[in-house]
Amino acid sequence: MELQAVLMAAGGGSRMTDLTYNTPKPMLPVGNKPLMWYPLNLLERVGFEEVIVITTKEVQKMMSTDSRMKRDIKMKMEVVCVPEDGDMGTADALRHIQQKIKTDILVVSCDLITDVALHEVVDLFRAHNATLAMLMSKAHEFTETVPGQKGKKRTAEQRDFVGVDQSGKRLLFMANEADLEDGLSVRKSIIRKHPRMHIKTGLVDAHLYCLKKAVVDFLTENKSISSIRGELVPYLVRKQFSKTPNSQKVKEDLEDQTQKKNDCSTNHELLISSRDEPLLQLAQERSCWNDHRGDMSEAYHGGKLRCYVHIMEQGLCYRVNTLAAYIEANRQAPKLFEEPPVHPSAVISERCQVGSDSIIGERCQIAEKTSIKRSTIGISSNVKEKVKVTNSIVMHSVTIEEGCNIQGSVICSNAIIGRGADLKYCLVGNGQRIEPEAERTNEVIVGTDQLMEI
Amino acid sequence: MCNSCAFYHFAAVFLSLNHLLHGYEKKGDIERAKSEGKELTKEEKQRLRKEKKQQKKSKEKKDDKVIQESGKETRGDSSAASPPQPSSQSTAQKAPSAVPPPVSVPAPEAPTPADKPAKSKAELKAERRARQEAERASKQSKKGDPGPQGAVSKSKAATNELQPVVKRLPEHIQVDNPDVLKKLAKKLERQQTPGQNSAKKIPLRLDYGYKVSLFSHLHQYSRKAPLTQQLSIPSTVIHPAIVRLGLQYSQGIVAGSNARSVALLHAFKQVIRDYTTPPNEELSRDLVNRLKPYISFLNQCRPLSASMGNAIKYVKKEISNIPSQCKEEEAKHKLLKCIECYIKDKIILAATAIAESSIEKISDGDVILIYGCSSLVNHILCEALEKNRKFRVIVVDSRPRLEGREALRRLVQRGISCTYVLISAVSYILPEVSKVFLGAHALLANGYVMSRVGTSQIALVAKAFNVPVLVCCETYKFCERVQTDSFVSNELDDPDDLIVTRNGHTQLENWQQEPSLGLLNLVYDVTPPDFVDLVITELGMIPCTSVPVVLRVKNVDQ
Repeated sequence: MELQAVLMAAGGGSRMTDLTYNTPKPMLPVGNKPLMWYPLNLLERVGFEEVIVITTKEVQKMMSTDSRMKRDIKMKMEVVCVPEDGDMGTADALRHIQQKIKTDILVVSCDLITDVALHEVVDLFRAHNATLAMLMSKAHEFTETVPGQKGKKRTAEQRDFVGVDQSGKRLLFMANEADLEDGLSVRKSIIRKHPRMHIKTGLVDAHLYCLKKAVVDFLTENKSISSIRGELVPYLVRKQFSKTPNSQKVKEDLEDQTQKKNDCSTNHELLISSRDEPLLQLAQERSCWNDHRGDMSEAYHGGKLRCYVHIMEQGLCYRVNTLAAYIEANRQAPKLFEEPPVHPSAVISERCQVGSDSIIGERCQIAEKTSIKRSTIGISSNVKEKVKVTNSIVMHSVTIEEGCNIQGSVICSNAIIGRGADLKYCLVGNGQRIEPEAERTNEVIVGTDQLMEI
Repeated sequence: MCNSCAFYHFAAVFLSLNHLLHGYEKKGDIERAKSEGKELTKEEKQRLRKEKKQQKKSKEKKDDKVIQESGKETRGDSSAASPPQPSSQSTAQKAPSAVPPPVSVPAPEAPTPADKPAKSKAELKAERRARQEAERASKQSKKGDPGPQGAVSKSKAATNELQPVVKRLPEHIQVDNPDVLKKLAKKLERQQTPGQNSAKKIPLRLDYGYKVSLFSHLHQYSRKAPLTQQLSIPSTVIHPAIVRLGLQYSQGIVAGSNARSVALLHAFKQVIRDYTTPPNEELSRDLVNRLKPYISFLNQCRPLSASMGNAIKYVKKEISNIPSQCKEEEAKHKLLKCIECYIKDKIILAATAIAESSIEKISDGDVILIYGCSSLVNHILCEALEKNRKFRVIVVDSRPRLEGREALRRLVQRGISCTYVLISAVSYILPEVSKVFLGAHALLANGYVMSRVGTSQIALVAKAFNVPVLVCCETYKFCERVQTDSFVSNELDDPDDLIVTRNGHTQLENWQQEPSLGLLNLVYDVTPPDFVDLVITELGMIPCTSVPVVLRVKNVDQ
C-alpha cells in the first residue's frame, strides 16, 4: 500500500466560536453538506478506499446520523476518538494512532475545501523521495462583509513567510511572523546551497501533508512536538540544512560534538533509509540529473531530507477556520459538485424567486412571494411568505416568519426569526429567537450562556 | 528405381491416400451436418476450406515429390523426416478439435532433421500449415491461457529458422496508424493486474502537440501531463515502486542508460519482495504476468531503452526458470540474488574492466573529447586520473538537455582540467583533440552505435580530422535490432523543452498556433561503424563490426 489517508477532525474551530459552540466544526454545513464531506470527497475522488478519521465522540455521533455522510462517502472510514477537552494537537493525534500506520501518510484537515489535482502534491512526494510534501495556495481576499465585524479594522493576521527555490517546488524556509522578533534571519547554509530563493507571503497553507512513515516513528520518540503545522513542519524544513554527521570539513570542539550527537540521533530516525539504499545511491550516481547547478555538489546537495511544496495558482482552496472564510466557502463550494442547487424534495411555491446561485436543501418549504438570492437554505428550513433573503446563509431547521428581510447574515440551526424582522449582516446563533419586528445590523446574536465563555 | 526413390514414391502415395481418406471422413461429417441443420458453423466452414486447400496441395505435393525424387540425392535425414510428416499432417487435421497434443507433436519432431536446408519444399509447407491451423484453433478457443501455447509456438518459430515468418513492426513505431493505437489501447485494457475489476486498468498516455511528419510514427508526450493523473492516488493497480520509477523516468530524474537499468532492477526487487503467490498459481508464471502491466506502464512513461529491455529479458528468464517445487521464500530469495549478481557483473564489474582497458589507451599529454554525460566515460576518466595519467578533457554539450554541464561538474570536482564548448564549436576545437571517447545507449547488431543525438556528428567530424573515436559500452547494452538511420526508431522528447525564456521574452510560447511550425526534440541517433575505430567492452576491445559475434556468443552462453 502506498499511502494512508488521515483526516484530522478533532479541531474546535477556535476562531469562529459563534458558529461552533453548538455544532462542532467538522459538521458545520457548507453548501448544505457537512464541512468534513469536502475533504472526504476529495480523497474518494482521487481513489482512496480507506481513511482514518480522528475526531471527537460528539462528531462521531453526528456523523453516524447524518444521511449524507452515509450515502455519499463509500470509503471505509475508521473513526478514532480522542478526548474533547485535552489540548491534543495534530501531532499528538498522530502519535495516538501510530499503531495503525503502516506506510506513508496523507494528512488532511477537515476544514479544507479545494479542487486541487492531488497528484501534483503526491508526485512531488514520490518522484523526489521527499520526507514532506505539502500544499499551499495563493490567498484570496474575502470580499463579503462579515457579520459582527465592527468597521474595517481587521485583526492583523500573522503572516507566514515561505521561502522556495528557483523551481518553486522545494521548500527552503518557513517562518511565522509571530516567531520573529526583530527580523527575518536566513541561515547561511541555505543561501550557500540555494543562492536564489523566493520568499512569498500571502499564501494559505492548506494543511494537506504527505509524510513519510519515518516521521511518524520520529514523533513517537519526540513527545515534545504537538502540532504538525506549528512545530513539525518548521522543524523538518530546518533540518534539511542541518549539518549531516559525516561532514568532515567543519572543525568542532567538544561541546559541538555532544550537541551533534544529539542531532545525529534525531537525524537517524528521520533518515531511516529504505532497503537497497546502495542500489538507489548507484542509480543516482549514474544518472545525469541534478536539481540545481552552479556549484560542485551532487543532486539535492547530498541531503536525504527533502521538503517540497506545491503552490496552487488557480483553483479553489479554502480553509474554513474563520467566519469570513466560512461565508466565502459557502459562495464557492457549490462549484465543486454537480448536484442541482435546488433539492428535488424541497417544496417551493410558484410565485417565489429563487436565484440560480442559491442552494435550497432537502425538505425545505419556501412559501409564496419570497425572494432568495445568492443564499443557502439548509435542510428542513421553513421560509414563510414575503421574505427576502439575500446573500445569506441559513442553516438547518430554521424558521423564518413572514415579511422578514435578511441580508448578508448567517443564521445558525434551529433559530427562529420572528415576523417582519430586518437583519443586516448579523450572525444569529444556534437556537436563538429573534423577536418580531426586530431591526438588527451588524450584530452577533448569541445566547447569554455563550457570552460567558471566552 | 533405386531404393530411396521407391521409398519416396511409397511415401508420396501414402501421403495422398491419407489425405483422401481423411478428406472423405471429414466430408462425410460435413455432408451430415448439411443435411441435418442447414447452417454450417464457423468451424465447419473453416474445415471445409481447409479440406479444399489440402487436397489442392496434396496434388501439388505429389507432383513436387515426383519431380524431386528424380533429381535429388539420398539424404538419410530427409527419409527420417518424411514418415513423421504424414503423421504430423494427419494430426494437424485434427487440430481444430484438440489443440495441445498435435501442436506439441510437430515441435519435438521438427528439430530431428538436423540438416535444416535439406528439408524439402513440401515438408516446409506442411509445417507452415500445421502452425497456421494451430494458431487458428487457439484463436477459436478462449483467450484465457495464451501462456503455454505462446511458449510452444515460440519454440516452433525458433527451431524453424528458415520459415518465411512475416515480422510485424513493433507498435511503438506505428503511432500514426489508428488501428495500431486501438490495438495498444486494447492491450492495456487486457493487461490489468489479475484479480482487479475492469475499472482499474493501465491508463493510455495521449500524445501531445504537432509532430513533424517524418517522425509522426513515434510517440511524443508532454512532461506536464504525467501518467499519474489518470491513476488513483494510493496506486493499487501498479506497485508504488514502479509508479515512483515511472515518474522519475518521465521527469528525467533518472536518466542515462545505466542509471535507468539499475533503478529498474531496484524497483523489480521491491516488487518481488512484496509479491505473494495467489492460491492455485505458480510463481514462475504468475510473477511474469504480474510484471507485464508494470512494463507497459513504464514504457508509456518513457520508452524502454535497450539495456532495460535486456535486463527485463534476463529477469523474466530467471523467473520462468524457477522450478515449480521451489518454496516461495526460497524462490524470492533466489531471484533477488540473481538480480544483484546481474547488476554486479554486468554493470559494476564491467565498468571496472572497461576502465582498465581504456586506461591503456590514454597516454600522458592526451586531449580527450567527450560528449554529453555518459556515466561510463566519466568513470573511465576518473579512474585514469587515479592512475596518475596526465590529460585534459574537452566537454562538448548540446541543447536542450545540456547534460555536459553535469559531466563538467563531476570531472572538475575530481580535479581534471576541462574545457567546455557547445556542439556548434566542435570543428573549431577538434584540431586540439587527440582522442574522442563516446558513450553508447545501445550497440546494434549491424555495428551501428545508438547514442545521444549529436554523437554521430561528433564522430563524423572526428573522422574528417583523423581523430580516433573510441566507444565504450558494456555488453548488456548490445541489442539485436538493426538500424541504419535515426528515423525508423527513435524517441521524441517533450517539444516544450526547446522553448527558452530570455530577458522575460518567450518567443516560441505559442508555437502550437503556428500552422506550419513543428518542434522536434530528438533523443537518439545512430552512428555508422565506419566512423568508430574501436569499441571497448568488458570482453575486450573489438571493432564495431564484431558486435554480432558477441551477440551470438552471448546467446550460446545462455
